[in-house]
Amino acid sequence: MSVLTFRGGVHPKEGKELSKSAPIRKVLPGKEVVLALGQHIGAPASPTVAVGDYVLVNGKVGAAQGAVSANIYSPVSGVVKAVEPRMMANGLKVNCVIIENDDKYEKAKDPFKCDGSKNSILNAIKEAGIVGMGGAGFPTHVKLSPKHPKDIEYIVVNGAECEPYLTSDYRRMIESPEVIVEGLNIILSLFENAKGIIAIEDNKMDAIIKMRGYIKNYDRISIKTVYTKYPQGGERTLIKAVTDREINSKMLPADVGCIVNNIDTVCAIYQAVKNNQPLISRIVTVSGDAIKNPCNLEVCVGTSIADIIEEAGGFKGQPEKIISGGPMMGTAIFDINTPVTKGTSAILCFSKDEVAKHEASNCINCGRCVDVCPAHVLPARLALHAEHGNVDEFVKMKGLECCECGCCSYICPAKRNLTQSIKTMRKSVLASKKK
Amino acid sequence: MEDNKMLKVSSNPHVRDCESTTTIMMDVLIALIPTTLFGVYNSGDYRMYSALLIFITVTTCVLSELLFQKLLNKKTTINDLSAVVTGLLLALNLPCNFPLWMAVIGALFAIVVVKQIFGGIGQNIMNPALAARCFLFLSFTSHMTNFVIDGVTKPTPLAELKNGDVTTPLRNMFMGNVGGTLGETSTIAILIGAAYLLIRRIIDYRIPFAYIASFSVFILIFGDNRFDLEYLAMHLCGGGLMLGAFFMATDYVTAPITPMGKVIYGIILGVLTGLFRIFGPNAEGVSFAIIFGNILVPLIEKVTMPTVFGYGKKKKGGKKA
Repeated sequence: MSVLTFRGGVHPKEGKELSKSAPIRKVLPGKEVVLALGQHIGAPASPTVAVGDYVLVNGKVGAAQGAVSANIYSPVSGVVKAVEPRMMANGLKVNCVIIENDDKYEKAKDPFKCDGSKNSILNAIKEAGIVGMGGAGFPTHVKLSPKHPKDIEYIVVNGAECEPYLTSDYRRMIESPEVIVEGLNIILSLFENAKGIIAIEDNKMDAIIKMRGYIKNYDRISIKTVYTKYPQGGERTLIKAVTDREINSKMLPADVGCIVNNIDTVCAIYQAVKNNQPLISRIVTVSGDAIKNPCNLEVCVGTSIADIIEEAGGFKGQPEKIISGGPMMGTAIFDINTPVTKGTSAILCFSKDEVAKHEASNCINCGRCVDVCPAHVLPARLALHAEHGNVDEFVKMKGLECCECGCCSYICPAKRNLTQSIKTMRKSVLASKKK
Repeated sequence: MEDNKMLKVSSNPHVRDCESTTTIMMDVLIALIPTTLFGVYNSGDYRMYSALLIFITVTTCVLSELLFQKLLNKKTTINDLSAVVTGLLLALNLPCNFPLWMAVIGALFAIVVVKQIFGGIGQNIMNPALAARCFLFLSFTSHMTNFVIDGVTKPTPLAELKNGDVTTPLRNMFMGNVGGTLGETSTIAILIGAAYLLIRRIIDYRIPFAYIASFSVFILIFGDNRFDLEYLAMHLCGGGLMLGAFFMATDYVTAPITPMGKVIYGIILGVLTGLFRIFGPNAEGVSFAIIFGNILVPLIEKVTMPTVFGYGKKKKGGKKA
């Protein structure tokens, strides 16, 4: 069995042993549930409830606006306390529906139905408000409606989970392999010419063996073992590894006949199509050396991060840094009284901040960033152009191809914040292009 | 929770590799131990003196960097050990009986003129130790080419090769008990250090291998004894080529950052060294070749931009249906 991979990448300390063996545990939300109306790429949903309304579990509180958007549902029953902007984990203020949880969990009647036809499957995915749950939050129904569905050759389920510390996808594969396989099968029913691939890193051999046992009856689905290396689970690097096809930043995976979905997303698709269940919860890994009991929790969207840290036994000592997502691409958060969103894959608490420990010094031109860059650009040069505000050179040297994976900053012996510089310039160039 | 105010925020990634500029310089110093020890041992009557010479160049480099940065109110960077590496490499490029005051001038030139005036570590366009060696070579030529071995002044194997009367056995050139600068004589000691750097992935194999390969081809074609492997082996082991290829040409700051550029840079160095050694007036040519190569680096980089991911050859895609 060959192990597939890509050129570049790094091997950060995995840290997965902390939460690897903790079974997924369901956590009920606290008194107040904060549902952000914009927790996906695209237009924010518009609120369908007003202050004082009574909502039920699975009740719609936000309606998708336009083609690229997603519905938002309530995970609790209770009265709408407010519809107002609230701070998100990333520091941005987003319009939110705030519900006072009455702890009765009264369920609404199914918000949508699915009869198994292609259209009704796509409709169920759309209605359920499913977005990419790896972090990007791109509405899944848009991803699954490419221009030429017949040209799609591979549906790749991303079980690489290359970010250190994260174990939520791993737990899903161990605990509910049948849901993943059946979810993938549902997606395959939309694309008659496609094969299903579940890509798993070779540090999760038990998951690979387990999943293999469950695909026996599905002749269109195969498991591919990919090399344990960050960012193996990046969309572009994963496609390269399993199909040997390359896409650049201007292309979509569908341009080379691929669609990539996260494990949690596939599970959500299963729930929507089989059980008419909208997306109201996800798996979050709570880990790091400042967490008392590292674990994997099934958390309702809208639950406060402070509450789930409490669920994990609280802090062990004083944390210096808390990250939403993985340590390579996640966002450092400064306020834990912010809600979990559909894209929150992990909450990591560290007693020491590795970044603050080092001071950046001059670039010594060692070329390590060039070696590890999965986009094969020259991060050291791009960062310099970015810092000097040299837009033309930055674009000419393909600075926009950066996927912000963080490998260059990770490896830099001079501890330069290359990713930060490149990312900042990239955002400003992309923003000015949109105008 | 009030403690929230204490949380640190920064851009991703939030973890860092343990390797730093200092650890890299430390690795280079470790790799230079065999060469240094052998150089001191090979100095015969000058053993104590050569140890002092090394000590003087290293201290001058470190102190002049410290002083320069203090005087200009800059952040001091002597803890990154790069000045130590420069000092040691400079000493290894000097004859064992080189006058101390000249060595001090060389060290000052390396750190103040070549390194600090251009902006300090990472900003110099030439390898400081090599630039200082060339500076000393041009200023004090007789002292730089006066090699004493076993108490008598002897030409280096390369000079013998140039004059066409080689008396030194090849085995000695490989082991190192021949005339030459402190660090260049023992091929085996250099290779041990080079192996350490290659295994620890401190240096990239492309530069030294392309360098040695292109040099070999050049010598085989244009050398005095064409297609003579023993003659080639003497060229490889008898002079500063090994030290230059593994420890000087691989200097990060003054080498290209692009993978293809490293190969081309190595080839250029090999051809230049061959050119200087065979057709030039001097027996040796490594230092001038590398300094010249250093200056070409920006150009080399410009023409060797790597193919960006997703812009390479077209792979079969979904369009066939």
